[in-house]
Amino acid sequence: MAQQSLRQKLEILADAAKYDASCASSGTAKKNSLGGKGVGSTEGMGICHAYAPDGRCISLLKILLTNHCIFDCHYCINRKSSNVARARFTPQEVVDLTLNFYRRNYIEGLFLSSGIVKNANHTMEQLVEVARILREEHDFRGYIHLKTIPEADAEIIHAAGLYADRVSINVELPTTAGLTRLAPDKNAGQIEGAMGRTKARIIEAKDERKRFRHAPRFAPAGQSTQMIVGADDASDSAIIGKASRLYGDFGLRRVYYSAFSPIPDASAVLPLKRPPLLREHRLYQSDWLMRFYGFAPQEVADAAEADGNLPLDIDPKLAWALKFRESFPVDVNRAPKEMLLRVPGLGTKAVARILTSRRHRTLRLDDVARLTASIAKVRPFICALDWRPTLLTDRADLRGMLVRKSTQLELF
Amino acid sequence: MTAMQNVSLGSHYAVHLPAPDDFAFWRERARGLIQCDVPPDRVSWIEPGETGDLFAAEGPSRADKRLPPPPADAPPVRASQRFLTVARSAALHSDPARFALLYRVLWRLQRNPRLMEDKADPEVRRLEELAKSVRRDAHKMHAFVRFREVQEEDGTPHFVAWFEPDHHIVRAEAAFFMRRFANMRWSILTPRGSVHWDGEVMREGPPARREDAPQGDPVEALWRSYYASIFNPARLKVGAMLSEMPKKYWKNLPEAELIPALIAGAQAREAAMVKAGAREERRRPATLAEVVQGAAACRDCPIAECGTRAVAGEGAQGAALMIVGEQPGDQEDLAGRSFVGPAGQLLDEHLQTAGIDRADAYVTNAVKHFKFTWKGKHRLHQSPGAKEIDTCRWWLDAERALVQPRIVLALGASAARGLLGRTVSISKARGAPINLDDGTELWVTAHPSYLLRLDGAAREEQTALFAADLAMVRERLAELAG
Repeated sequence: MAQQSLRQKLEILADAAKYDASCASSGTAKKNSLGGKGVGSTEGMGICHAYAPDGRCISLLKILLTNHCIFDCHYCINRKSSNVARARFTPQEVVDLTLNFYRRNYIEGLFLSSGIVKNANHTMEQLVEVARILREEHDFRGYIHLKTIPEADAEIIHAAGLYADRVSINVELPTTAGLTRLAPDKNAGQIEGAMGRTKARIIEAKDERKRFRHAPRFAPAGQSTQMIVGADDASDSAIIGKASRLYGDFGLRRVYYSAFSPIPDASAVLPLKRPPLLREHRLYQSDWLMRFYGFAPQEVADAAEADGNLPLDIDPKLAWALKFRESFPVDVNRAPKEMLLRVPGLGTKAVARILTSRRHRTLRLDDVARLTASIAKVRPFICALDWRPTLLTDRADLRGMLVRKSTQLELF
Repeated sequence: MTAMQNVSLGSHYAVHLPAPDDFAFWRERARGLIQCDVPPDRVSWIEPGETGDLFAAEGPSRADKRLPPPPADAPPVRASQRFLTVARSAALHSDPARFALLYRVLWRLQRNPRLMEDKADPEVRRLEELAKSVRRDAHKMHAFVRFREVQEEDGTPHFVAWFEPDHHIVRAEAAFFMRRFANMRWSILTPRGSVHWDGEVMREGPPARREDAPQGDPVEALWRSYYASIFNPARLKVGAMLSEMPKKYWKNLPEAELIPALIAGAQAREAAMVKAGAREERRRPATLAEVVQGAAACRDCPIAECGTRAVAGEGAQGAALMIVGEQPGDQEDLAGRSFVGPAGQLLDEHLQTAGIDRADAYVTNAVKHFKFTWKGKHRLHQSPGAKEIDTCRWWLDAERALVQPRIVLALGASAARGLLGRTVSISKARGAPINLDDGTELWVTAHPSYLLRLDGAAREEQTALFAADLAMVRERLAELAG
């Protein structure tokens, strides 16, 4: 085969990496290049440097080191039995690409993953080598996210955490049965074991830094994971349950949900129909309900329909409110924060604004309208000084009134 | 003249700001005006290049009236921390009314020090909105500035960007780029002014034009390739992209010129992917005869296009043992029956030795059609690929559901894959049963044709292993029957 150009390799290895949903470049330790030799800064807030027409942000250079793989996971475009074109970067090529893109302000840093070549340890060593060259030889102070391979030795994963801002291990599928069927070479116990060890190292390193100012940082932006939605038959309730266990057991910063999407040369075992993208969105919304709105996993599951899936036409918070109408209306002038957070249409910021404003005035509906994005959505569920939604919360057709009419997007 | 007299005389003051983003100057003047008790409706704030409002335009004698010194007993001017934070951002907004609004809120803060907490107040709300849109503009500047590299005469690289911000943020945001690119020489040119960093000193320059910036950079071709490749055509969400990357930014983003074509091609690309993976929608066969007919008509994988026939399984529904081979060979294809060639004869011998009656078993293959290449006049066997085995699994699963064997014996790696969905190593998998998802026992052994290809000691060794595997299966069958 003719020698591949750098551009051809980039096309193959970016294409191979796009099924990883994670793009975050936020939440890491603050650093900048003043007084250093290289480039780079991270200031807490992530920056999305571009958006692709799939609505996903492009924050990091997200590529694989190679898409050769000895594993045969059915949902994966890079599985051994796939006919996809293969390519392989040298660590130095990845370093040069990262720096060239970074200097032109295209990216926040690098998100590097890889297919498994030879064995897990060899592959992980290559990933760590890229991070090492960037950090040590070029004094790169931007963001680095390394995918870690659970089968690799703990010392190599440890080295990854010393260079990277974030490390992640994908749990891939919400159920062990699904993993056994679709990712026969992977092992749920091994994945969770590696996540547990990483959590322990993160806590240890934080503790050391409290006592010794120059103790090395270990993955200051924490660890995250990804679950594929719709490739097996796990319901939303099962997925939410799994996610909340993962947050609890491994102190994850984020669980990403990736709606399984058709891939070229798909395995015959996969379902043909993709799940609606809206399903992924509803899962993220319920994830937010658990993390920022004080919902227990069981309460989110209560919002689901009989088959365990969240309704697609309305968001899970509204679904919960419609199911538990006895909790409404909520008085914006008296209700505690926890109850305000349950009102559909009130976000955490709107709730904070209501809480400070009501110290100064008794809120009228007009006041609430100035504090929220859409008063129409909120109105049926609140009381204000001049507003009481008589019987509105009891109406049988309330759901119909609140469902947004969906429209097909136009091409342009 | 005291401050009180000023008000009673109805004096009007016009303050000329030296620069549209000079918050420190505004702060200084606002402090003095408050101490002189000048109400907001008697002050005009005029940016450079503006003529100011009606009062200010009446004549220099009134407009340029100097502010009197504040009275010695004037109380200190107070503002909350929140006001300062918000005001610093809001002052950079391009709204000409921003300084007047800032002054009105500062004026009211003197009477109500906690005014900023009242988020429902229209003026506080407006101020927060101004600050928010300035913060957004700054954030978009961090994101969408695109440097292009040029070589300076001394050979050092110089990174130059052209950017069009909505608000007066260039000077304020230069620090962000300094912290990020401290060791690079860079310039950001905008219609509102430019900033230059040489690695040590920041300089400010006059407004620039797009033509002043370099027009291209070879790395942009790589960046565009990356942008096009990281996009997943199977999940088009144009609205989500537009809300974060509005079209007004596109003209300065090298990757944005690809967007219309990517969107236009997306649906076709997704449809092609789905079509390539599509299998005919069909109902699960209800009888073994339907399996035969269905497999014969199946064109889900390229093997079926070779002009061969689908070779059906043989044996009784309800057989306790199901034997699965790889695929029909040359002779099997001609005869239309499984395991009739040399490998079949070897299998028959071994079954007999082990005490298994082939007539009691159901014998079939993982792949139903013969895959081969022509070598002269001969059809040379070719192993089916993993994908072909996975595709044909539909028929094997249907057979297994109908026959309902207690034990399945897989001959070779292809057969094992057809049953397990993954590739196993025969040497590791043999010798112990594997439970399939419905509880059926799967025993894996080598394919008899493998034995035929070996010679001497290796053949003897493998033959012994094969015989031992069959003996174990026979024993297990007897146990299950008992």
